[in-house]
Amino acid sequence: MSLLTLENVTLKFGGLTAVNNLSMQVEEGQVFALVGPNGAGKSTVFNLISRFYTPVSGKISFAGTDLLGLAPDEVPSLGIARTFQNIELFDQATVLENLLVGRHRHRSTNLVQQMFHTPAVRSEERAHREAVEEVIDFLDLQPYRNSRIAGLPYGVRKVVEVGRALASKPRLLLLDEPASGLSVEETQNMRWWIDDIRRQMGITVLMVEHDMGLVSKVCDKVLALADGAMLAQGTPAEVQSHPAVIEAYLGTGDAA
Amino acid sequence: MRIHFKTSYDDDIRLFEDGWKLSLYAALLALMAALPWLIDDFYLGEATNVLIWATCGLGLMLLTGQTGQASLGHSAFMALGCYTTVLLMEAGVPFVLAFPLAGVLTGIVGGLIAIPALKLHGVYLAIATLALAILTDDLIVMLEPWTGGVGGKFAPPITIFGLEVNRWSSPAAWYYMALVVVLVVTLFYRNLLRAPMGRAFAAVRDSEISAQAMGVNLARTKTIAFGMSAGITGLGGALMGLFAEVFNNETFTFILSIQLLMMIVVGGLGFIHGAFLGAIVISFLPQALSIVTDGIGSNVAIPGLEIGVFGVIMILFILFEPMGLYGRWLKIRTFFQLFPFARKDMFRRQKSYLKTERLR
Repeated sequence: MSLLTLENVTLKFGGLTAVNNLSMQVEEGQVFALVGPNGAGKSTVFNLISRFYTPVSGKISFAGTDLLGLAPDEVPSLGIARTFQNIELFDQATVLENLLVGRHRHRSTNLVQQMFHTPAVRSEERAHREAVEEVIDFLDLQPYRNSRIAGLPYGVRKVVEVGRALASKPRLLLLDEPASGLSVEETQNMRWWIDDIRRQMGITVLMVEHDMGLVSKVCDKVLALADGAMLAQGTPAEVQSHPAVIEAYLGTGDAA
Repeated sequence: MRIHFKTSYDDDIRLFEDGWKLSLYAALLALMAALPWLIDDFYLGEATNVLIWATCGLGLMLLTGQTGQASLGHSAFMALGCYTTVLLMEAGVPFVLAFPLAGVLTGIVGGLIAIPALKLHGVYLAIATLALAILTDDLIVMLEPWTGGVGGKFAPPITIFGLEVNRWSSPAAWYYMALVVVLVVTLFYRNLLRAPMGRAFAAVRDSEISAQAMGVNLARTKTIAFGMSAGITGLGGALMGLFAEVFNNETFTFILSIQLLMMIVVGGLGFIHGAFLGAIVISFLPQALSIVTDGIGSNVAIPGLEIGVFGVIMILFILFEPMGLYGRWLKIRTFFQLFPFARKDMFRRQKSYLKTERLR
């Protein structure tokens, strides 16, 4: 059974069809990329999975659970973590605190226990911090551990956001344009991290990405979207050479 | 500059960074404990007043500084806390029970009010809560059988385990009572900040959308923040009413909410220290003003002078020191710690990158 399944999902904003009868399956252990021109509906698919949007029709299920029955803040408890295209970190907090928020779904103490800082809270905190240190180690964030986000460069913020998602120990990681705005070297690092996230941590990755270089290096499967509908699906090479994809990006030969 | 070599996670979790910090705060506590022997009864009363304001300020700080929700309605919770304490005491409940119980009840009412109110954001929430504060004034008058209406109520004598706490005959006992309350509240506050709930508060403040994507339930988190904030402010309000000894509908007007908000902004939003520094400013401003007006030789009280001066101070702070007094102190401290390497723009507010468009 697939880890994530979308079945004939349609989303409309008034007269605009943002996602049109889209079906896709992400298998456990895959790195799956959504590509397509601007406005194709890639981020909208992410927001559908995160439950920020509710589709007009269709089904979305994760490991056999119907996602449409859940509220947005219940989705992470299944093991789905995500990043945002325009970095949504907690700007006034430090890197460490941001990553600790990623641990939110693993908390086990209640408000009263936390107010009194009982031994249970203390040992829970230690466990959270240990898990976060693993992520800091993995992503080489040691120099920034206690820096506030507001003073950090863009490239580092991008990595911290991936870290915050990883800190929640997800089964499925949604990366919304992980390489946008990164330098060549940073993109290279991101590529290795995505590889390691899959191989070492065994996390399934679904990503939206425009950098076809990155996509062809890390992804097993690519789905091309245009105007909310699927154009082509397959390996990176298959999709890149698919006539419909070339047409969507470059236009038809007739116009010339 | 001291360098910390952290060797365990407890180094980050414990209340005080290191032995030096611990000894500083221990010295401060010793000074606070010795205060009744150091200053006369008038100034001890002023110090008690500072602690009471600080308690109220910590309540609002939790909501505004930590969770990012503005409220101009906290005078309502001060009134609720005060009347509840006194009514419970009149019903025969001993003060040591009535006081915390009033805090809990105010917190529950605050949480219930929050459920509809927190659907509003920013300035709209401020207006809704302001309406609550104005309504409270009328409610106190209408509920005369319980509240004494315009005539007001006299605070019953407070006894704690047989010891009478009276502001005139035993000012030191009153001072210690306020000190214990503010210490307990501060401890709870600090404990929350180093636990998942405190981080959820900060998450809601900085980015609601990603807080949700990390599994933070927005409605529940905001409701808890509002309830706790209301409860703490209720405790502060109870102390304020009992300390004043007589109170009526005009004791807890919405002006009090505005003063409370001004106080935490001037002190430094988001810092526990900010609540205390703001409390010092708001308590001693009237005294400072009367010393100045006496110095000029004016015997006539100028109406609205106090609130006007406070308004000017607040505007100046927002323009030139948005981090408040505590932020200013942090900057001075960093300057000396890093001397001569501190840069002028170290604390400059960075331009934030593009935010995700509001969903829905």
